[in-house]
Amino acid sequence: MGALENRFDHNVLTTSVDRLVNWARRSSVWPMTFGLACCAIEMMAVGCSHFDVDRFGAGAFRATPRQSDLMIVAGTVTFKMAELIRRLHEQMPDPKYVIAMGACATGGGPYYKYGYHVVKGVDRVIPVDVYIGGCPPRPEALLDGLMALQAKIDRENVLRKNLPLVTAS
Amino acid sequence: MDFPSICDRLEAVCAGAIVERVVAGAAEDGAPKDAFLVLAADRLRDAMTALRDDAELRFDLLICLGAVDYPEVQPKAKKKADPVPDPIPGRFEVVYHLLSTIKNQRCVVKIKLPHDEKPVAPTVQDIYPTANWHEREAWDLMGIHFDGHPDMRRVLCALDWVGHPLRKDYVFPKEYHGISAE
Repeated sequence: MGALENRFDHNVLTTSVDRLVNWARRSSVWPMTFGLACCAIEMMAVGCSHFDVDRFGAGAFRATPRQSDLMIVAGTVTFKMAELIRRLHEQMPDPKYVIAMGACATGGGPYYKYGYHVVKGVDRVIPVDVYIGGCPPRPEALLDGLMALQAKIDRENVLRKNLPLVTAS
Repeated sequence: MDFPSICDRLEAVCAGAIVERVVAGAAEDGAPKDAFLVLAADRLRDAMTALRDDAELRFDLLICLGAVDYPEVQPKAKKKADPVPDPIPGRFEVVYHLLSTIKNQRCVVKIKLPHDEKPVAPTVQDIYPTANWHEREAWDLMGIHFDGHPDMRRVLCALDWVGHPLRKDYVFPKEYHGISAE
C-alpha cells in the first residue's frame, strides 16, 4: 500500500521520496529468527562472521515477528507447521517479505512424491518474493537471494503504488 | 549368554511364551546373527517382565520399539466371489530391541498381530518406561493400539490427522486444513 495511493503521477517529489524510503528499507531488512530444518544451519552460517549478512543490513535477526521485515523459510514445511507459518506471517507488520530457501520450501523438494506430511511449496500458504534453489543452498546462494530481494525492494513505489483503483461496481 | 540359552532360560521361567525362534543368519565364526524370538501376544507382558527381572537375563534397557507392516502375509480370496479369509497373525509385527547393560547382551523380541483395522497389542510401558512414547509413535504412524497405555495419543502427526501414514495401504490426504496436498 502506498501512503498517497493513486493521487499523483510520477514526479520529482514522489520518485525521490521513493528512492529514499526504498534505500532505507532495503538496507535494513531484518529477518525473523526462524529455522525449520537443515537449511537453517546455512542461514546461521550466513549470520556468522565468515559470510556476514550484516554487510547487507540484514543481520539483526529478530526473535519476534512484530519486529521483522523478512521471513526466511529455511527448511521443510510440514502441514503441522504450515498453519503456524501463516500465523507468524500475519503477525509481521507491512512491508513484509518472504524468501523460500531451499528445495523443500520452494516445492516440497525430496518429499514431493512420498512426503505425506510436507506442504509442496510454502507458496501454498503465504506469498513468496524470492525462491532459492539448492538442498541446502550454499550461504552464497542465500546472500544472492537477499540481494535479489533488495533489487525488488528498490523497484517499489512507496508513495504511489501502481495499483488500479478499486471501484464499486 | 548366547541366543539359544537366552531362549531356554526364558522358556524355563515363562513357559509357553515363545512361539518361534528364528536365526536369520550366521556370523563368520558360526555364531547366530540377527536372531529373534516371536512371543505370543497375550504372554508378552509376562515374558518382558521375566526378561527384565530374571537374574540370568537382566535385560534392563529397551532400546527401541518398532512396528512393521507386511500386507502380503494376509491370504487373499482366490476368486472374487469367495469370502475373504479370516485374518491370521502376521500382518503387523511389533519389534522390541532389548539390551542388558549388566550382562552386555542383546535380544530381539517380536509379536505378531492380525490384519485388522485396529490391531491391539499389550502395553509394556509400565515395564519399560521407554516404551511410552515409542508405543504412541507406533499408534500414530502404524495404527497399533496398545492396550493399557495411559495416554494413547498421536505423538508426531497433528492430533486431527486422518489415518496412519506408514501403513502400506495408507491413502495420501488431498488437503489439510485448506492447504492443497497435491
